[in-house]
Amino acid sequence: MSAWETVIGLEIHVQLATKTKIFSSASTAVGAEPNSHASLVDLAMPGTLPVLNREAVNMAVKFGLAVGAEINRRSAFERKNYFYPDLPKGYQTTQLAEPIVGTGNIELILDDGSRKTVRIHHAHLEEDAGKSLHEDFHGMTGIDLNRAGTPLIEVVTEPDMRSAEEAVAFARTLHSLVTAIGICDGEMSQGSLRFDVNVSVRRKGEEKLGTRTETKNLNSFRFMEMAIKKEVERQIDILEDGGSITQETRLFNGDTGVSRSMRSKEDANDYRYFPCPDLLPVMLSEEQIIELKNSLPELPAQRLGRFVEQYGLSDYDARILSSDLATSDYFEAVAERSDDAKLAANWIMGELTARLNAEERSIKECPMSASHLAELIARLKDNTISSKIAKQVFEACWNGEGSPDQVIEARGLKQVSDSGELQKMVDKIIAENTTQAEAYRAADEAKRKKMFGFFVGQAMKASQGKANPQQINELLMKALEG
Amino acid sequence: MTLHKHTLTELKALLDAGKVSARELTDTFLARIEALDGELNSFVTVTAEQARREADAADAARSKGDTGLLNGLPIAHKDIFCTDGVRTSCGSRMLDNFISPYDATVVEKMRAAGAIMLGKTNMDEFAMGSSNETSFYGPVKNPWDLSRVPGGSSGGSAAAVAARLAPAATGTDTGGSIRQPAALTGITGLKPTYGTVSRWGMIAFASSLDQAGPMAQSAADCALMLQTMVGHDSKDSTSLDRTTDNYLADLDKPLAGLTVGLPEEFFPASLDDRIAELTRETARELERQGAKVVSVSLPSVKLSVPAYYVIAPAEASSNLSRFDGVRYGYRCQDPVDLMDLYKRSRSEGFGDEVQRRILVGTYALSHGYYDAYYLRAQKVRRLISDDFARAFEKADVILGPTSPEVAFQLGAKKDDPVTMYMADVFTIAVNLAGLPALSMPGGMIDGLPVGVQLIGNYFREGQILNVAHRYQQATDWHRQAPAFGGEK
Repeated sequence: MSAWETVIGLEIHVQLATKTKIFSSASTAVGAEPNSHASLVDLAMPGTLPVLNREAVNMAVKFGLAVGAEINRRSAFERKNYFYPDLPKGYQTTQLAEPIVGTGNIELILDDGSRKTVRIHHAHLEEDAGKSLHEDFHGMTGIDLNRAGTPLIEVVTEPDMRSAEEAVAFARTLHSLVTAIGICDGEMSQGSLRFDVNVSVRRKGEEKLGTRTETKNLNSFRFMEMAIKKEVERQIDILEDGGSITQETRLFNGDTGVSRSMRSKEDANDYRYFPCPDLLPVMLSEEQIIELKNSLPELPAQRLGRFVEQYGLSDYDARILSSDLATSDYFEAVAERSDDAKLAANWIMGELTARLNAEERSIKECPMSASHLAELIARLKDNTISSKIAKQVFEACWNGEGSPDQVIEARGLKQVSDSGELQKMVDKIIAENTTQAEAYRAADEAKRKKMFGFFVGQAMKASQGKANPQQINELLMKALEG
Repeated sequence: MTLHKHTLTELKALLDAGKVSARELTDTFLARIEALDGELNSFVTVTAEQARREADAADAARSKGDTGLLNGLPIAHKDIFCTDGVRTSCGSRMLDNFISPYDATVVEKMRAAGAIMLGKTNMDEFAMGSSNETSFYGPVKNPWDLSRVPGGSSGGSAAAVAARLAPAATGTDTGGSIRQPAALTGITGLKPTYGTVSRWGMIAFASSLDQAGPMAQSAADCALMLQTMVGHDSKDSTSLDRTTDNYLADLDKPLAGLTVGLPEEFFPASLDDRIAELTRETARELERQGAKVVSVSLPSVKLSVPAYYVIAPAEASSNLSRFDGVRYGYRCQDPVDLMDLYKRSRSEGFGDEVQRRILVGTYALSHGYYDAYYLRAQKVRRLISDDFARAFEKADVILGPTSPEVAFQLGAKKDDPVTMYMADVFTIAVNLAGLPALSMPGGMIDGLPVGVQLIGNYFREGQILNVAHRYQQATDWHRQAPAFGGEK
């Protein structure tokens, strides 16, 4: 057991899924030609002014409601002043003293099934910056302002996590929450969720927090886990060598697994925050908040509880299947149509997830529709096919050969349950294997058990796996033991 | 031809009566600009061709029944307003090469009402100054005495109207930039209640104080202009959503029953006796017309100059960060790296006064100083608003001098910014409180005009215009014109 305790707090930038930017009417769509989604306001043309997008406010409030947070009836924007080429106004419009969302909680279920609450310090609204492009400009830097002004909420947690695993569990829970309530598309690879991790270590039993470092802009769960583990090791090494930790901002390169110092606290900018005189404070009425509360869909935590209750799933299965809306919807569709939640869960978490992972697809891109999977499960249940054949059918459906019924029909995979046909097959096997049949009859109970498998194997071979296993067992038993 | 001597209101009557065409009017003023502005330097850009086209279009529209409020009337815009396709310099080298891709709301509204833009007027750089000497395009001269300043920052608009190079012009007022030059050049200028006129497209100096307004010969002219400028604008979050007042309807209302407050703090012992006396004479004229004059007190007004010179530079230091040489405007030659690009573009692109205010504002917002300066100044702002609220319990309008002095010599205060700042003492409190106020000519001292200021309660532009109009019906200070250009 290590003598050290890790303390982690997170700051998460969540890009809000509004159609237009937080202070202009330009589109937030990604993938467009550079600067084609940059309006006069986004370009910070002289004389332009911001107008707040109410939809961004609504989404921030929904987030607050979903984590049981205080919603501040009055919040205000401030300017954070610093120069950078992808920050066209020379300041970022953000919230500081009066954020829109106050303290809240997010409950995690860890891999061992235990539960943990992470406190949310606050969440505030702000605008994203543009992007600096360093390639293809002959040593110069290109600026793309399409992202400038995309609405964000920055969620700030208390330092409540004690391991990289807990931090990742939090990140996954947050991801599933913001996608479930429809305020973020959750596309991590495009930067829709970006994590800054604050890490410190202290000797077990120590109450005082150690000096922390901040590693910025991690955009995958894996990089986040790697970055935290590396940073914890680095800090412990320094401290065990008698050194001390410098409060600094660090950058982590996920490809090399190496982090480096970006700037120390001493180099930090004086951002000269002050209230933005171009924007009025955001006022929220009780009615608006109630209306937004009523518009919230079922939250992942509520869904998890329902899956356990309604479908009799284990906590573990329920957590996985309720983690994102697309998976949940898929599961519920399969469970209802096949009328077997347990089989539906097994197939989705087994075969389906394995194939999706192998092909790096999300469930939204799954070539096997929920109704096909439900049909497959139904054929399994009514003994039309065996579980072995089911895997073949699954494969064929995945590859676009049609519905399970079509595949079973086309490939002649229907389980043979005709007792007359099966009887002929059994008679033939016994006739062709008289030596084995006689040996069987002469053997004792224990040996017989082992030898019986040989006859079953022969039957399956003869029927190309289509023989109803239960029936064939009975018929073989009768023929051998008379 | 003496067309140029007419007020905007009179020119409108001539147009409406078909006695003159928009084209004739436009040609008249363009000719005067051409002949006289070389000396005055009141225009940065003259849009002659565009103006003639607009004038012909206005005449054509009128023949088809167009009754736009300003149809065919030539005006000038302060070069702080963005004008689509026309250079918008804000008096700065930084924007000397900036052709705006869009129109300010004020410009759009003027155009929609049929006004014709003669050009863009000179101004203190980024509206920072009270003498028009900080302009990249050189100082504007006061037409009453070419060796004197016209005031600022809307000095170009003021001088152009005073010299009758334009019948009216737009201005902006952050700490007196409409009223003080109006006073120093003998014209009428009004700063509306904060939020009445849209700030969209008006290059920001201090966002919480900036407000656009009209500058013209008379209160009636200002009412005509203001009627066109005001209105809610969804592009400006600080624009007020309220029913538009009719500023023209009550211009002639008699003054009986009106209470005029004279704040003792506006008549300090140090004030030039002649200015104090002319201001009191204005009060007596209003009394003669039935108004009651009372004394009021604004004890916190003395704090307005220091509070203003914290808040305005603080906001400016942030507002002017966008001028970084990256996307538009001035960029230094051959920058070696990003820091060099920023430093040299801004050092070379901004003049001394702008740099001074950016430094002051940056300091005031810095960590450790914010509470002592910015927050304290905001508290003073509150106290000043409270003072006015109490004064308006006793009086309907407040009367005082606009400026503690008449137009001073060019260069006289150039190296003494603090003395220059102190001269804003009577105008600044109004911006801090967000109130409407106008300056009108109230007499002459040694051949130079003296301005008198009328401050109204929130949204009482109509009332101060009414008082000023009644005053101007009984006096002719506003009809006095400088000798400059009079023969041409």
